[in-house]
Amino acid sequence: MSERPVAPRPLTPEEAQRRRKRSIAIAAVLFALVTIFYVLTIAKLGPQVLNRPI
Amino acid sequence: MTSLSNSLSAGAEPQVLSPVGGEVSDFFALLKPRVMVLVIFTALVGMLVSHVHIQPVVGSISLLMIAVGAGASGCLNMWWDADIDAMMTRTAKRPIPDGRIRPDEALAFGVVLSVGSVLVLGLASNWLAAGLLAFTIVFYAVVYSMWLKRATPQNIVIGGAAGALPPMVGQAAVTGSLGIESFVLFMIIFIWTPPHFWALALIKSADYAKAGIPMMPNVAGPQSTRRQIIAYSALLFPVGLAPVFLGFGGWLYAVTAFVGGLAMLAFSVHVFRNREGEPERKAAMGMFGFSILHLFLMFSALLAEQSLGLFRPVFA
Repeated sequence: MSERPVAPRPLTPEEAQRRRKRSIAIAAVLFALVTIFYVLTIAKLGPQVLNRPI
Repeated sequence: MTSLSNSLSAGAEPQVLSPVGGEVSDFFALLKPRVMVLVIFTALVGMLVSHVHIQPVVGSISLLMIAVGAGASGCLNMWWDADIDAMMTRTAKRPIPDGRIRPDEALAFGVVLSVGSVLVLGLASNWLAAGLLAFTIVFYAVVYSMWLKRATPQNIVIGGAAGALPPMVGQAAVTGSLGIESFVLFMIIFIWTPPHFWALALIKSADYAKAGIPMMPNVAGPQSTRRQIIAYSALLFPVGLAPVFLGFGGWLYAVTAFVGGLAMLAFSVHVFRNREGEPERKAAMGMFGFSILHLFLMFSALLAEQSLGLFRPVFA
């Protein structure tokens, strides 16, 4: 009784390129976030970040 | 928003509803980049007039987050106003009414950036600044866009508070508190907003009427709007000079605010006198353009005095 799923149509070259650009932009934003948190941690804690008892 | 949703559900296809979604540049356009530049600029001045040591990394990340938060509120504004944007020539080519980005994509983008910018600002600086940024976003996206804009001709007067808050967020980010300096900067932008927007509304009143937005020229009439433009320009003159009397605006700022304030008044009188045809349009556009320059020069003068060592107090 259930309807057969409709197969998604293949992306046009223009759509594929747009998706690729968006993926790169998302990767860049994620990389920027990681960098922000890393730099912020160093800036707020300073050299003390490495000075802890083992 | 409602009519756009209805038109989409009724099958009125926008130009593009690709499974892939919009271009990167379209998402960037949703953030109103020119407004973001103004926000960075005014927030930076709010930081500098605080006279505290600003940790460069913390200051830069705070500025970036304030800008992203402002962009997010612009994105939410475009999402909500897509139906009226489609009716006005000035905004019809924005990504949502033009069909380049789906409304649900814009909503998700705006919400993620809003939450993200507030959280990162809180972690980078303090939660007072983050709370103020959250308030700014909610005020612009909910109070102004969803309520005031379509309800009252005082929409941009009250809604202007959202655009005036960045200097206070900037000061809160670097000091953890609020001072008279950033409040005065808030008041300058707040008083500057009505004459700036109403000059544009005078020549775009047909557009606003078509979209059903109760802008001042459409509700109170052009003549009343022109009188109010003069009143706000007159009020901006002493408010613009307040930094000089409070001691954080020096000679450079004093001359800039004095000359620019007089010019604003002159432009407003010019708008009042030219009420028909091409002279009316030219006078209103002149007022609109000069108001941007006036605000830019006042904040540039403060920036130069605080960052280049040009501050010379007017009163010893």
